[in-house]
Amino acid sequence: MRQSRLHVPHPPARPGEKPDFSYVQISAPGAVVRPDTRASALEIEQLGSEMVRVLDDQGQALGPWNPHLESEELQVGLRHMLLTRLFDDRMQRMQRQGRISFYMKSTGEEAVAVAQAMALRPGDMLFPSYRTQGLFVVRGKSLVDLMCQCLSNTHDMCRGRQMPIMYHWATGNIFSISGNLATQFPQAVGWAMAAAIKGEDHIAAAWLGEGASAEADFHHALTFAAVYQAPVILNVVNNQWAISSFQGFAGGEHRTFARRGPGYGIPGVRVDGNDFLAVYAVTQWAAERARASGGPTLIELVTYRAAAHSTSDDPSRYRPKEEWRAWPLGDPIERLKAHLLRLGDWSEERHKALEQELDQHVTACWKEAMTYGTLTEGPWLDPLTMFEDVFHEMPANLERQRAELRRLIEQRAEGGAPAHAADGRTLAGEG
Amino acid sequence: MARMNMVQAINSGLDVMLGRDPRVVVFGEDVGYFGGVFRCTDGLQRKHGEHRVLDTPIAEGGIIAAAIGMGVNGLKPVAEIQFADYIYPAFDQIVSELARLRYRTAGDFSAPVTIRTPCGGGIRGGQTHSQSPEGVFTHVCGIKVVMPSNPYDAKGLLISAIEDDDPVVFFEPKRLYNGPFDGDPHKPAVPWSTHPKAEVPDGHYTVPIGKAEIVRPGTEVTVLTYGTMVHVAESAVRLAQVDAEIIDVRSMVPLDVDTLCRSVCKTGRCVIVHEATRFSGFGAELSATVQEECFWHLEAPIARVTGWDTPYPHAFEWDYFPGPQRIVAALGSVMEAK
Repeated sequence: MRQSRLHVPHPPARPGEKPDFSYVQISAPGAVVRPDTRASALEIEQLGSEMVRVLDDQGQALGPWNPHLESEELQVGLRHMLLTRLFDDRMQRMQRQGRISFYMKSTGEEAVAVAQAMALRPGDMLFPSYRTQGLFVVRGKSLVDLMCQCLSNTHDMCRGRQMPIMYHWATGNIFSISGNLATQFPQAVGWAMAAAIKGEDHIAAAWLGEGASAEADFHHALTFAAVYQAPVILNVVNNQWAISSFQGFAGGEHRTFARRGPGYGIPGVRVDGNDFLAVYAVTQWAAERARASGGPTLIELVTYRAAAHSTSDDPSRYRPKEEWRAWPLGDPIERLKAHLLRLGDWSEERHKALEQELDQHVTACWKEAMTYGTLTEGPWLDPLTMFEDVFHEMPANLERQRAELRRLIEQRAEGGAPAHAADGRTLAGEG
Repeated sequence: MARMNMVQAINSGLDVMLGRDPRVVVFGEDVGYFGGVFRCTDGLQRKHGEHRVLDTPIAEGGIIAAAIGMGVNGLKPVAEIQFADYIYPAFDQIVSELARLRYRTAGDFSAPVTIRTPCGGGIRGGQTHSQSPEGVFTHVCGIKVVMPSNPYDAKGLLISAIEDDDPVVFFEPKRLYNGPFDGDPHKPAVPWSTHPKAEVPDGHYTVPIGKAEIVRPGTEVTVLTYGTMVHVAESAVRLAQVDAEIIDVRSMVPLDVDTLCRSVCKTGRCVIVHEATRFSGFGAELSATVQEECFWHLEAPIARVTGWDTPYPHAFEWDYFPGPQRIVAALGSVMEAK
């Protein structure tokens, strides 16, 4: 065969090479125009190419997108982001100690879930991805509950049926996280369509990574959202990496992810995902538009996955080890902290005290969660419960199988064999 | 000859075929630069180039559809779906397109696509990293379905699959990647190194699609199984102290009815074992075939040992997994029946 003419995307840097983020187009803080929420998608097409930013490098809030939040609210945001980070760090360590089988951190991306959840109303329905644990933190789900899910213990909201981090919270209006990518995107549109059909003013919001935007479900979501002008906010968290594939493998080489919106007739807004104020403001804009029957918005949150994809991943195999240090949009927690310091409403001492308080809180939560059982130490959930909830009412074949398992467990108990087994093995690979 | 685990054997099979046939292209999510989340394609992009070993967007439907297009245009695509649990977005492309292309065009178009995908449980992967959906694919006419249980068969069957003119879904039982597994999670993991089937030729060879293998000859009862459960069945047979003939089905479509039924006609008893759920699982097809072909030789009802008819539950993995205890019980009941 002749020489291949196929184009194959290349990330700017591989291990051992110098990190290079020159491909990330960045607007000056305060420079992007804030249009009226009733503007048509076509009129505001440039919002998909520019980058909405509020905070500058000195912690100043600039320009028309400044949401002018009260200092107390900013401090709450800082607290939620810090708590999310400390929770992540603790769970990662617990995975390394074999206490849980798997974990995924959101380090460096905390502003996405935290600022967005804060900009929405409690009645709005959230369709999370697996890296938006901050949504649960903002809505007030207790860390003990999240930890118990990761431990698959007797207080696990999923009753042992899901891997760690696949949370849900029905009364908190947060949908179930799926291990299958992008499935929640068009589901959120359906939820929003139902809200519109019922004449309610609740809106839906969904999140996925830029990598998952390659799935057909992404396109189903945008098509349905555009056709029915559904009151939904569709968020693409562009954290540059989908396991080992850089964002070019999702189509990011040729056009921003936000620019896909106008292709469907939906406004696309590109925002500095590490700028708490900008993320808040853009979400607020999209929510106001959706609530006023202005239809959907596609938001691209530009951020960086500072951590590994999961505890099964080793990013040093495919990207420069210190790449995160070169990330031009900084750390969302440091940036909001700098802003608060500049306002004079914060101090290094208070920050340190907050960190200590939250760390102690995480420790206390973990201690409590452990009392409800771990993978290796009881108390355990009754394995016979695995047959429940397959259907609303248990069919006969499952009743027979449950009876068979009961006999097997009794037989093992008589033989002295452990009724519960765990081998501490962890997942070798993860998608 | 070299000692290989299953990952290395699959890697070697891909390497051999990339080297022999310029039409072979290997691709999937994280397959190229990274070498796959299970390392099955490690080093292949470096050796064969980024135009033969490609990373893809995260879009399983797109991966299989592109594979069909490449196959129609003269290539031999080997597509990886990172976990069998993620294959469903590609289901339409596989069922409605890949499987039927030859039939609907009266042979004018076809796509010789190989789909590699890790399956099965035992790795604490929960419901999105543990499924065994092989039965779903055996129900589709026009695709072959295979599942090796050891490194030698993995490489030989993979080469056969790539060389086959028809599409093949190649299931890789991920619990076996690094060693045989006898069903007891409390024992330390055993590597492949001491297993006879870890002797793998470096170069080209094939294991034919459509041939089962008798892994343990016996006279009293036939155990039909495949994948991880071959090793679990071997362990159960030792525990039960029965002279069982264990057959590794290896190829579900096409099925080696002769080898399977010759054995059951000889032993008069049959236990079928698979990880997948029971209802409409591939065991139902095996059971029906055995009943049709061996009815007058059967001394006892055919027994099936399978996963329960629930999604794969993360916390109850070892109560869900059809381990030696359940196989021993089934062997006992089949042996007792008169």
